[in-house]
Amino acid sequence: MTTNEIENPLIKYLLHLADNALIIGHRNSEWCGHGPALEQDIALTNIALDQVGQARNFYQYAASLISDLNGEIITEDSLAYLRDSWDFKNCLLAELPNGDWAQTILKQFIVSVYQYYLYQALAQHENEKLAGIAAKSLKELSYHLRWSSDWVLRLGDGTQESKKRMQDAIAILWSYTKEWTDYVDYELNILGESIIAIQKNCEEKITAVFEEAGLTIPQDIWMHKGGKIGKHTEHLGYILSEMQFLQRAYPNVEW
Amino acid sequence: METSLEEQFQQKIDQEIKIEPKDWMPEKYRQTLIRQISQHAHSEVVGMLPEGNWITRAPSLRRKAILLAKIQDEAGHGLYLYSAAETLGISRDEMYHQLHAGNAKYSSIFNYPTLTWADMGAIGWLVDGAAIMNQVPLCRTSFGPYARAMVRVCKEESFHQRQGFESLWVLSKGTDEQKRMCQDAINRWWWPCLMMFGPPDDESHNTIQSMQWKIKRFSNDELRQKFVDMIAEQIKILSMKLPDPDLKWNEEKKHYDYGKINWEEFWQVLKGNGPCNKERLDTRKKAWDDGAWVRDAATAYAVKKSNNQLNNSNSVYANLH
Repeated sequence: MTTNEIENPLIKYLLHLADNALIIGHRNSEWCGHGPALEQDIALTNIALDQVGQARNFYQYAASLISDLNGEIITEDSLAYLRDSWDFKNCLLAELPNGDWAQTILKQFIVSVYQYYLYQALAQHENEKLAGIAAKSLKELSYHLRWSSDWVLRLGDGTQESKKRMQDAIAILWSYTKEWTDYVDYELNILGESIIAIQKNCEEKITAVFEEAGLTIPQDIWMHKGGKIGKHTEHLGYILSEMQFLQRAYPNVEW
Repeated sequence: METSLEEQFQQKIDQEIKIEPKDWMPEKYRQTLIRQISQHAHSEVVGMLPEGNWITRAPSLRRKAILLAKIQDEAGHGLYLYSAAETLGISRDEMYHQLHAGNAKYSSIFNYPTLTWADMGAIGWLVDGAAIMNQVPLCRTSFGPYARAMVRVCKEESFHQRQGFESLWVLSKGTDEQKRMCQDAINRWWWPCLMMFGPPDDESHNTIQSMQWKIKRFSNDELRQKFVDMIAEQIKILSMKLPDPDLKWNEEKKHYDYGKINWEEFWQVLKGNGPCNKERLDTRKKAWDDGAWVRDAATAYAVKKSNNQLNNSNSVYANLH
């Protein structure tokens, strides 16, 4: 299936939120069993589980809207498993490979900051269903944000090696961070004026944590974008081919 | 006076009084428990790998969430079991070191590969099912912290077993390919699961002493028989077959008879020659080695923080004077 021809901004926006959660959850789940300490393995798996759960809530809502619109039966699984990469609307940062623990932490911190302040705004949205999912997710996000901020501090202010790895992670990933607040049509349609506060909160939080961790934010560098409108990195195709394998190999069956 | 301490210890055991970490215990009891609990903890942690192998390929979001939650439970079991072992005077790092050096074992079942999605169901139903048979009696084991940890572990494991069965049940009602997948997984996991109970009683050296100390309450063969009896009934609901032509209800014994287990395979896997021994251990070692700088950073940061707090409290103290 393709959802590209759907013009409804709410559906597009829900898919964007769901795809972000699912794809970063997928990356985090790759750490399961491979973490640097058992407690952290549990923590990151727990975060991945929250993210898959959030994705399901947004997909289910989107699926009900698409089903109403098209008359065909769409489910959370058809949205996750039967779309190709051009249909996915997640930010590029979410799909980038995990790299080392520093890169994973940086990615998760950035994602947590943006999701936290975004969900905080969405929890007040006039669309009650959207607001309800955001409010529920916000509880999880406050943990994700605390956990990832703590790790940015530990690595930034830990040993020389951890600081270097963190600064290297920033060098690799920073040009994928602006996309989160570089809003496209369907986001502006749903978020309206609230983007100003979201953007401000995110920048303040990142600056504060980086300052405390003794990390430097690169200035004036090229910023990548495109994920929100389906123009992805090469990495997403591999995520999807792995994730969608069973649904593609054995179509139309129950699992 | 060693004998009288030993006698008092055995009396407690006989009266079903739990042994607690600070109580006197024979050195061999302590060592046996360290070996058994750490082996159990390692099994939980290594056991995350064969199932983790399918997280990114789970066929639906619901199944993915269930699988993630299950593996997270296993990591949690590892955590409380390591903590229980630590009460006996060994650190978690030391236990990891023994595992990585090949001196501590983990359940051989995790040296088998997970080849299809049906293996997730088969692990839940058969592997966790066999584990529960072994573990339920451990809820009454004589060492308090181990017994208490096992109460929680068993609750979660029986939930996993039902989930595994339900997942196979869906496959067994599905397409021909799904049914084949289901049967194939059962065929591959059945015999290794029977081996999970350990060697036959007449070859098991640890059993007698462990029974006397009530670390163990049933023999390997007794538990294996209970497992066969349970699964031989449950498989009927799946309309699948166990891969044993000799499996037959024995009216006289009121138990199922079953075929000969390939003990040569068991000993080979135990020696390191199973299909995934090297891979599993290498994966654990790599996770540990790659994580070294992360753990160092966390420690260094914690030290800085506590020094800062100390300095702050010193300065408060100084101000008061």
